[in-house]
Amino acid sequence: MPIKVLVAKPGLDGHDRGAKIVARALRDAGMEVVYTGLHQTPEMIVTAAVQEDVDVIGISILSGAHMTVFPKVLKLLGERGVDDIVVIGGGVIQEADGPKLKALGVRELFDSDATTQDLIDGIERVVAEFGRAQKRTDAARSTA
Amino acid sequence: MKMVERETPTGVEAGRDEWEQLTLLPFTARRPERRESFRTLSGTELQRLYTPADIAESDYLRDTGFPGQPPFTRGPYATMYRAQPWTMRQIAGFGTADDTNQRFRYLIAQGQTGISTDFDMPTLMGYDSDDPRSEGEVGREGVAVDSVDDVLALYKDIDLEKISVSMTINPSAWVVFAMYLVAAEERGFDWKKLSGTIQNDIVKEYISQKEWVYPPRPAMRLVRDSIAFSVRHLPHYNPVNVSGYHTREAGSTAIQEVAFTLAAGAAYVDEVRKLGVGVDEFAPRLSFFFVSQIDFLEEVAKFRAARRIWARMMKDRFGATKPEAMRLRFHTQTAGASCTAREPLNNIARTAIEALAAVLGGTQSLHTNGYDEALSIPSEPAMKIALRTQQIIAEETGVAGTIDALAGSYAIERLTSDIEAACLEYFAEIDKRGGVVRCIEDNYFQQEIADAAYDLYKRKERHEWELVGVTKYRDNSANPHVELHHVDEAASQRQLEKLAATKARRDEKKVEAALAEVARVAATDENIMPATIEAVRVRATGGEIVNVLRPIFGTYVETPIF
Repeated sequence: MPIKVLVAKPGLDGHDRGAKIVARALRDAGMEVVYTGLHQTPEMIVTAAVQEDVDVIGISILSGAHMTVFPKVLKLLGERGVDDIVVIGGGVIQEADGPKLKALGVRELFDSDATTQDLIDGIERVVAEFGRAQKRTDAARSTA
Repeated sequence: MKMVERETPTGVEAGRDEWEQLTLLPFTARRPERRESFRTLSGTELQRLYTPADIAESDYLRDTGFPGQPPFTRGPYATMYRAQPWTMRQIAGFGTADDTNQRFRYLIAQGQTGISTDFDMPTLMGYDSDDPRSEGEVGREGVAVDSVDDVLALYKDIDLEKISVSMTINPSAWVVFAMYLVAAEERGFDWKKLSGTIQNDIVKEYISQKEWVYPPRPAMRLVRDSIAFSVRHLPHYNPVNVSGYHTREAGSTAIQEVAFTLAAGAAYVDEVRKLGVGVDEFAPRLSFFFVSQIDFLEEVAKFRAARRIWARMMKDRFGATKPEAMRLRFHTQTAGASCTAREPLNNIARTAIEALAAVLGGTQSLHTNGYDEALSIPSEPAMKIALRTQQIIAEETGVAGTIDALAGSYAIERLTSDIEAACLEYFAEIDKRGGVVRCIEDNYFQQEIADAAYDLYKRKERHEWELVGVTKYRDNSANPHVELHHVDEAASQRQLEKLAATKARRDEKKVEAALAEVARVAATDENIMPATIEAVRVRATGGEIVNVLRPIFGTYVETPIF
């Protein structure tokens, strides 16, 4: 089954070139892609991710509000008991904030120079490590 | 059957044929060219060599002419940079108004000659700083402005009659314009002496920058009202800055940038004419804004073509008779999208080349990006080098001494004509589809841009367009460290306190009455500006004024495409 990705644009910022290119490139690479459109709140993003039953939420953010948005999305996922949707991000995220976001549970961050292959490799890796497939394997192992 | 004989080439064409046979073919047989074709950044195929034959159809007096005269191909003014260089206008905005005022004063001290203001996302979208949707965004991407008190602080100790002030704001532009006017009035400045520009270009918001509140049709009315008001009361002010920058940054081609922007300009002309204002009366105050991308030749040609197309459109389609009403004046910003996150100091070289293209293309003002453009909003050191880049072009390179120096270049003239022809095709297509607003509603522009952006992205992936340090010559050792703009986490709290203080000082009854009057006027066909100015004067906030119109105008929701 192909990996299913929600490409999400949080907040008021309208820089959607990257989000749209990523959405199209991942679709062309065989993934299933849902694009939220602009001006989404963390609640809207998490609701869409659960309804669409995605493997990955990819948040595109260039507004500087990443230290507000990512924690909220992760917290909402936690509140709903969702632990198998992987959260990744890209856009303009200052290097110093990368480790802080990863410590909170953001699994991968891409800068504006990332290639399609970088994206595909990164997504496949984090899904294998933290996503649904991994959780299923763990569950199978514990019942065996 | 009679054979159609090929006309025997003469002169330049004959010479070119001979050159190809005698010199070119033997040479390429020994040393093939490194690519089958060379394309511009926008994808137009470049010829190997341009000669007089490529511009044989062009007529100098008709198509090129002289600076300061239609069709203005050579420039909007008779002496260009020999009178004074372009306005060096670095955009700034972060934190509270006090923070940004400090940056303005620093830039003026370094020799900057105009001011340009970047607002934060909540201000741009019409939300106050205390709105829940503003959380995390107050003062981040620009300066937070909630009321006229913030505008007073923003331009404190700056002489608004002496320096031109540009404000980059769109869906809520009419409110911030009103704040600017009230601030100027409270400081005792004469509106008639204010010069400056408000972006106020809502069309390109739906197309590319994606900041909006209301649907396109009522939003066009707000633009129309502010233009009509400004033309009557502020003879030196530009009430709209029709912008291609964001369209190109969103991934369009150079041709789409010019075509969609000038089509938007024509849509505003149509709107204002509906009020019975003559085109010669207001068109001289329309101003434009383009990017300067990294493809040097294409960009120089683009600027020249834009002036020629606009002059012809104003004359032929709208019946302008005054040359000033046909004259396209524009601001330029170097291309944020050309800047890379890797090896950020390389962006200094890119920006310098782009700035030179803008100057050789005849820009009226220029913002050069900081080397940290792909990483954050600019730091002070990054802005200083960016400003110095402009000063070096103006003072050291010598290009400011002669007008439109690249005119007559076979390549430049041919590219100029080709861009003009391609834009005319787009105009016909837009008309066929029912005009600019209809094309927005049908996602036509949005899809064209998304397709062009993806095409360029794929060309980069195939290494048909290289990015030095990224797709070619990539150095995978650690990225050099540059000091970035420091985000002041306390700024949003200070802004919330300032907003609360303004609200505590004002007369709520007056605010309510003023907001009710704005709503009343919005439902009629009266000009919205006087009621908005009154509301601002009694300290109604931007968010309150924007909100009071939501039930009347409705709100806009995009159908996302990719």
